[in-house]
Amino acid sequence: MNQFSYIRPASLKAAIDAVAKDNSARFIAGGTNLLDLMKSGVTTPEKLVDINRLPLKEIQVNGATLHIGALALNSELAAHDTVKSQYPLLSQALLAGASQQLRNMATVGGNMMQRTRCSYFYDTTMPCNKRNPNSGCGAIGGINRMHAIFGASDSCIAVHPSDMCVALAALDATVLVTGPKGSRRIPFHDFHRLPGNTPQLDNNLGKGELITGVEIPANDYTKYVYYLKVRDRASYAFALVSVAAALDIHNNEIRSARLAMGGVAHKPWRLYEAEKALTGKAPTEENFRYAANIAIQSAKTYPHNAFKTGLSLNSIQTALLKAATV
Amino acid sequence: MKKQQTGQSMDRVDGRLKVTGGAKYFADHHLPDMLYAALVCSPITSGTISSINATKALKAPGVQDVVSHLNAPPVPGYKNAEAGAKDGLKIFKDNRIYSNGQPVAVVVANTLERAVYAASLVEVQYNQETHHTDMNASMNKAFQNNRMKDYLRGEADAWKKAPVTVDATYTIPLEVHNPMELGGIIAHWDTPDTLVLYAKTQGVKNVQDTMKKLFQLPEQNITVHSEFVGGGFGMALRVWPMEVATILAAKKIRKPVKLMLTREQMFTLVGYRPNATQQLSLGATADGKLTGITHEAVAITSPYEDFTEGIVAMSKFMYACTNVNTRYQLVPLNMSTPVWMRGPGEATGAFALESAIDELADKLHMDPLQLRVLNHADTDPERNLPFSSKYLKEAYLLGAEKIGWANRNAVPRSLQENGMLVGYGMSSGTFGAYRGKATVSATLKSDGSLVLQSAASDIGPGTATAMVQIAADVTGIQASKIKFMLGESRYPFAPQQGGSSTVSTVGSAVTDACQALLQKLASLGISGPDFKGAEQEVTVTATSQAGKERDQYSMYSFSVHFTKVHVHPATGVVRIQHIVSVADAGTIVNTKTARSQMIGGVVGGIGMALTEEAILDHRFGRFVNNNYADYHVPVNADTPPTDVYFINKKDPYINPMGAKGMGEIALIGFAAAVSNAVYNATGKRVRDLPITPDKVLDNKGNQPWKVENKMTT
Ligand SMILES: Cc1cc2nc3c(=O)[nH]c(=O)nc-3n(C[C@H](O)[C@H](O)[C@H](O)COP(=O)(O)OP(=O)(O)OC[C@H]3O[C@@H](n4cnc5c(N)ncnc54)[C@H](O)[C@@H]3O)c2cc1C
Ligand code: SF4
Repeated sequence: MNQFSYIRPASLKAAIDAVAKDNSARFIAGGTNLLDLMKSGVTTPEKLVDINRLPLKEIQVNGATLHIGALALNSELAAHDTVKSQYPLLSQALLAGASQQLRNMATVGGNMMQRTRCSYFYDTTMPCNKRNPNSGCGAIGGINRMHAIFGASDSCIAVHPSDMCVALAALDATVLVTGPKGSRRIPFHDFHRLPGNTPQLDNNLGKGELITGVEIPANDYTKYVYYLKVRDRASYAFALVSVAAALDIHNNEIRSARLAMGGVAHKPWRLYEAEKALTGKAPTEENFRYAANIAIQSAKTYPHNAFKTGLSLNSIQTALLKAATV
Repeated sequence: MKKQQTGQSMDRVDGRLKVTGGAKYFADHHLPDMLYAALVCSPITSGTISSINATKALKAPGVQDVVSHLNAPPVPGYKNAEAGAKDGLKIFKDNRIYSNGQPVAVVVANTLERAVYAASLVEVQYNQETHHTDMNASMNKAFQNNRMKDYLRGEADAWKKAPVTVDATYTIPLEVHNPMELGGIIAHWDTPDTLVLYAKTQGVKNVQDTMKKLFQLPEQNITVHSEFVGGGFGMALRVWPMEVATILAAKKIRKPVKLMLTREQMFTLVGYRPNATQQLSLGATADGKLTGITHEAVAITSPYEDFTEGIVAMSKFMYACTNVNTRYQLVPLNMSTPVWMRGPGEATGAFALESAIDELADKLHMDPLQLRVLNHADTDPERNLPFSSKYLKEAYLLGAEKIGWANRNAVPRSLQENGMLVGYGMSSGTFGAYRGKATVSATLKSDGSLVLQSAASDIGPGTATAMVQIAADVTGIQASKIKFMLGESRYPFAPQQGGSSTVSTVGSAVTDACQALLQKLASLGISGPDFKGAEQEVTVTATSQAGKERDQYSMYSFSVHFTKVHVHPATGVVRIQHIVSVADAGTIVNTKTARSQMIGGVVGGIGMALTEEAILDHRFGRFVNNNYADYHVPVNADTPPTDVYFINKKDPYINPMGAKGMGEIALIGFAAAVSNAVYNATGKRVRDLPITPDKVLDNKGNQPWKVENKMTT
């Protein structure tokens, strides 16, 4: 690890200024991802701007909207009464992530900003376009069992590792950011990026911009929801694939559906077509299979992850069935 | 009459120290003026170092020195051969790189952080050569040495003539021990020719002996401390090159130096269970009598050592079969040397043998338990000797009863619970029950308390606790007044803690020493129960070892594992629901620590079966999952209720306690009990460990089995 300086500003402006004006400065929240990246030499900031003193911890219901501060801990958010009753999908997704100890440190902002777990990205002796643009992609010709089947490019096939973000994508959240030029709102769908030929960019946050919070609009997905995470070990493992399924069912009819996947793309992957196909249909196994089939049409696999297509199909169907049969 | 101590579930004598942080592991020691080391490791996998430029590193804050083959003090024990001649890697001897991650320099600074940072500043240039890390691509290099001769009993390949046959390939990946405590050492040259070490080791005497040879020093000039060890599983059974590198740095700098490995370095510097491919062929009569077993294994080793273990051993004696032939070969690769990992060799072999037996049972339409009992070896068919004790049949029946084997349906996919496919599987395991040579000193203090000393180790099983119990029974002294001291090279000789032999070997010496002490005390007119009256301490020392009985009997421990698994019909995820393991390990000295020992082995077995695999990218010769997040050791959520049962019958011949070993059999065979259960649940036979969801599904990720009409949730 290189030498770095450390500050812990008390105001939003001071924190943003510190990062906006210094190319080698980074925000640090829980540190559960950033410190690992620093120890591996993947990220070598010369200044850490600790944001934990900023007043961004609160979880509140404002009218019909849930407002989550960027510094809310993953564990607190998962256990929050309103979240459990009104946004149970989010709670389930959070609890499927990492371990209790990590969730006690990890923040909502940090979770959104966590970087891919692609091994080549972590090993600085290996080629990786994301870490070192134009050095090549180690995974494409290498070990790619954990990698993307949707939306990848010839320069990067990494996946976004978050569970929480899959639920936020499904629930049409909005990201609130403040930067040197003021504040803006980014629909969750537009927050993370596909790799294209700029895989070094994970998302559309600008230099010096700080995530202050996330908003989730009121919704009807309080009952028929399920977060399915398929992984190699029962806990404390990243997803092979995961599915966030939310249904609004009335009189045996699906009024609307929300579906998103993790572990399959460079960003949380919304299954819009499948959602559409389910709208107005009965919650039957056949309809779920049909929708799942639509979702996997655009899958493109690599030598070690061909299994993810069928696994996705089965997992989408299973998640929908679990959601529908509470 | 006092209550017999052996057989009780006495609490660990050091339990309180361990849970309160009072136990000092090697890295907890701090010496005056101590410095910290960080390794610079090779990113190439084969070739030579052309230059090392340490200028920047030496200018970094706090840096004392950068030691490499260019400036390391000579090691008198290195013969004039090249660094990688077949007797092990001689670190810093020359500029050759044999494997990825090989240490090329050690940076020493006054804080760990500074050493780590400075290590990143050392500039090393390499001449890269072609490397080989893929066993399958290097099969043409397979060879045998004289520790791995072909074995033949009766007729070779007799299975081919049998009416019912199994002929299958089983593979296991490379596995890494990964104990929680990282490897490392503190090295201090007290004078230019006296060396003090705080080591993470399974044998202080072994470390001392290695140093004696390397530095050509008398034994008394080398002190090794290792009172507490945070897990080993075999990785601390030898001195590793990184430890020698640290000792050389300390010698050059003349100050104590501490090295602690990173998790990543645990994959390349302290051994591993070698990946292996095995062809296992069985032949049987239509009514299930085995007529031929052929077991051929190929495993990997380093370029500079031939690491062998008992991969094909079990196939020679586990079943009564007239015709058995085995072959075992090694493929040398650009890898570091493997080392014994819990259930070494036998765990690998048992996966193949015990899976094949299950496959045979399936073909015969016979219960696999019945098939095993039918082919039970009443005497050792390999050595033609009676077993010293063997209660395997009893163990089979006990385990079957406890898991509810009667609920098993031999037809795959016939059972479901809560929408999950249910399967039952079983297997057996065995490992030699050894007894080595050890010496124990026994001292009666004037207050009537007893102190025992021996240079044994405790990597976790609770050695001192068991020794106290044994001594209490021999002397009649209360356990609370007995202390067993270990982990110091100045104590009388004990071998390494390995091969499940510590209780047998050291326990026998404790017995002999205590008996000798009683005799001596009697001659002084001092007798129990208080043993008061001695004006000063009375000490005796006794050495104990096996006798002719080992030529008259075959001595083995046996285990039986039963599992009940759930397999998710859509995702292929396997979750073990219930485990029953039964050990035939002779007398159980401490039922509490023995139970922990069995559960620990089972957890290792869960890892072997379901989660553990160190993955190499052969293009680079580097591991891609060398951390705890990506190399999946099982977590609590993977570990279901585990019921452990002991036959607990004394072996009449092995040693005075009648205790056989238990550390290895806890794991050996377990993986097959899981793969057999997965087959029973799904009809899919996974012969390639670990059994991850993608292997249970077909290669497109779909269920290879017919999906039932009613999809389950
Ligand atoms: C072993 C392990 C297993 C894990 N398993 C899972 C898993 O299964 N599922 C899962 O979802 N996650 C998993 N995680 C990831 C974990 O969720 C993230 O590490 C965590 O959420 C990051 O949050 P943090 O607050 O610690 O972020 P930090 O490490 O503090 O920061 C991460 C990044 O975010 C930036 N950042 C932080 N806050 C802000 C902000 N407000 N605005 C702008 N930028 C910001 C930092 O500059 C940094 O670049 C795992 C992590 C580990 C170490
Ligand atoms: S997949 Fe992306 S992150 Fe992984 S090596 Fe390729 S470019 Fe790097």
